[in-house]
Amino acid sequence: MTLNAELSRRIYTDMWRIRLFEEEALRQTSLGSVKGTLHTYCGEEAIAVAVCAHLRDDDYVLGTHRSHGHCLAKGAPMDRMMAELFGRATGSCRAKGGSMHIADFSRNILGANGIVAGGIGPGTGTALASRIRKSDQVSVVFFGDGAAARGPFHEGLLFGSLWKLPVIYVCENNGYQQWVPRKNVAVVDSVADMAASYAIPGVSVDGQDLEAVYEAAGEAVARARNGEGPTLIEARTYRFYGHSLGDMEEYRSREEVDDWRENRDPIKLFSAWMKERQWLGDDEDEAIQGEVAAEVSRSVAYAEESPLPEPEDVLTDVLDTEWRVSA
Amino acid sequence: MRTIALRDALREALHEEMARDESVFVIGEDVIAHGGPYTVTQGIVDKWPDRIFETPIAEAGIVGLGVGAALAGMRPVVEIMYVDFITCAMDEVVNQAAKMRYMTGGQASVPIVIRLPCGPARLVAAQHSQIMESWFMHVPGLQVAAPSTPYDAKGLMKTAIRSPDPVAFFEYKALYVSEGEVPEEDYVIPFGKADIKREGEDATVVAIGGMVPRALEAGVALEDEGYDIEVVDPRTLAPLDMETICESVRRTGRAVVCEMDSSFAGTGAEIAAALAEQCFHDLRAPIVRVGSPHVPMPFAEELVNVTVPDSAAVCDAVRKVMA
Ligand SMILES: Cc1ncc(C[n+]2csc(CCOP(=O)(O)OP(=O)(O)O)c2C)c(N)n1
Ligand SMILES: [Mg+2]
Repeated sequence: MTLNAELSRRIYTDMWRIRLFEEEALRQTSLGSVKGTLHTYCGEEAIAVAVCAHLRDDDYVLGTHRSHGHCLAKGAPMDRMMAELFGRATGSCRAKGGSMHIADFSRNILGANGIVAGGIGPGTGTALASRIRKSDQVSVVFFGDGAAARGPFHEGLLFGSLWKLPVIYVCENNGYQQWVPRKNVAVVDSVADMAASYAIPGVSVDGQDLEAVYEAAGEAVARARNGEGPTLIEARTYRFYGHSLGDMEEYRSREEVDDWRENRDPIKLFSAWMKERQWLGDDEDEAIQGEVAAEVSRSVAYAEESPLPEPEDVLTDVLDTEWRVSA
Repeated sequence: MRTIALRDALREALHEEMARDESVFVIGEDVIAHGGPYTVTQGIVDKWPDRIFETPIAEAGIVGLGVGAALAGMRPVVEIMYVDFITCAMDEVVNQAAKMRYMTGGQASVPIVIRLPCGPARLVAAQHSQIMESWFMHVPGLQVAAPSTPYDAKGLMKTAIRSPDPVAFFEYKALYVSEGEVPEEDYVIPFGKADIKREGEDATVVAIGGMVPRALEAGVALEDEGYDIEVVDPRTLAPLDMETICESVRRTGRAVVCEMDSSFAGTGAEIAAALAEQCFHDLRAPIVRVGSPHVPMPFAEELVNVTVPDSAAVCDAVRKVMA
């Protein structure tokens, strides 16, 4: 589907949902209500929303430690996500996972992941399942540039290519791997170049440019759905906040961050792009942001009103205790 | 004597050993930036820029290279950011490092130290909170250290670096900032020597790593009830100093074994079994184990609090063996 005004507005709204959800989560952390650490997606929103815009509800998505955006873009309910960050019993994972493990299997969001590259093998496996079942569901695995160093990236791409599985590998290359600039620890600049070793298409796009990501993802999803195998998409991007909470950010300059925020903010860029086409008026823009802010407030209220988990909950969900073999 | 934090003691050990022996080097993720997430490797890059390697995110590579460098006569100190990620390099630890001496009929020496920050801290849930000591205890050819004080951390780290065989070195994240007296002069602590952290007559509480401060707290709390407990810290789990532990249990006649990890098939299981074998007739009550329930670490604070044993859990266990 080509981008039209209505779809663009929906996508634009989703970008704001991610941005405002996370900024609120940061605020709630400083208030002590959100617990644990947060890896924010702010600055990278265009990627998740552009890719997920091509997905059906039954397609699979697997994420990273930085997955609030992936979850929201794939349709995870915001209130349950906020409740998870608050550590409430109503949270997406009943307060057992937290930010790094948010998942919503009802939307085939098989989860954020605390292990770098942890989703790549499993995301290739969901694609294998589609193949075995002869369904046309596709799988999308999001991962950072750091993940491309790990074995599971190489093994996953090999399997994906070898068996032409319906999977899209989306590398969010934000130039840093925690506190280390990618250039210090990588030998190829573009992760897309690594696709050549596995004989699959590798595409590098500007991850701040929604249209560019949307087009690349559209092609990749179509290929996967048509049984033509995987694509590796590298989206060049930037994270606006530190790696996780408490990051002193000594490895990058304030000017660099300000420059990206000022000139390369995917939300600003897409808003301007839509306005150029008369697809978004200033009033509508304001209305969208207002609606999203209200949704975020409702999610906080939901989290605040939700009960804490009960101590005995700690023992459940380890195994399926209802299951029995019938002899 | 001066007082420093456990992470400072580890840093000192690294600096001193690097000064002492040029074959020592450091390798790991983010070890130059901020000196690692725990600042343990801070300052090394300034003194020895060629002996510290900040790596891609590639644990199997990091440990694998460490094993090879060790085989070639170097002494790598590997940092795995969270013990949870060592699972990404288990072949390198188990099949490559640990068995090499044996398989080669004693030809190989693999003097590698694998630093494993572990344990719950800051609510980071199931993939960033594990402890896992017992996994490594079970592998022949590995040594396992788990210091609970800055003094032990420094002395054990120096021994680990000088050891000709691989060491899995557990660092409880929650203890990094805990302070204690550490001498400025060079000292080492032999592996396989437990330390009695508190003397007492009524019951022996064997406590591992992060449970040691909790057992000591329990010791103070129990004084009011008239119980005088002895706290024994094995300091290394492989080799394990059963002699000191048994000697204590023979005196007190009662034993509680505490670990922070799940007690099922855990470290305490080994200690309790050995006590049952070696001190059965000295025991005046069944041994009680303290540990986590057999669950992954949850996220919510309320759930973590009922998972990780605290000093009250130690007190309860002592009351049980005293009853
Ligand atoms: C196997 C593994 N090693 C190390 C880590 C610690 N860690 C978490 S995120 C991260 C950096 C990841 O960089 P990248 O893949 O580029 O993702 P980004 O954070 O930039 O989105 C590191 C080193 C981890 N979670 N898992
Ligand atoms: Mg990155």
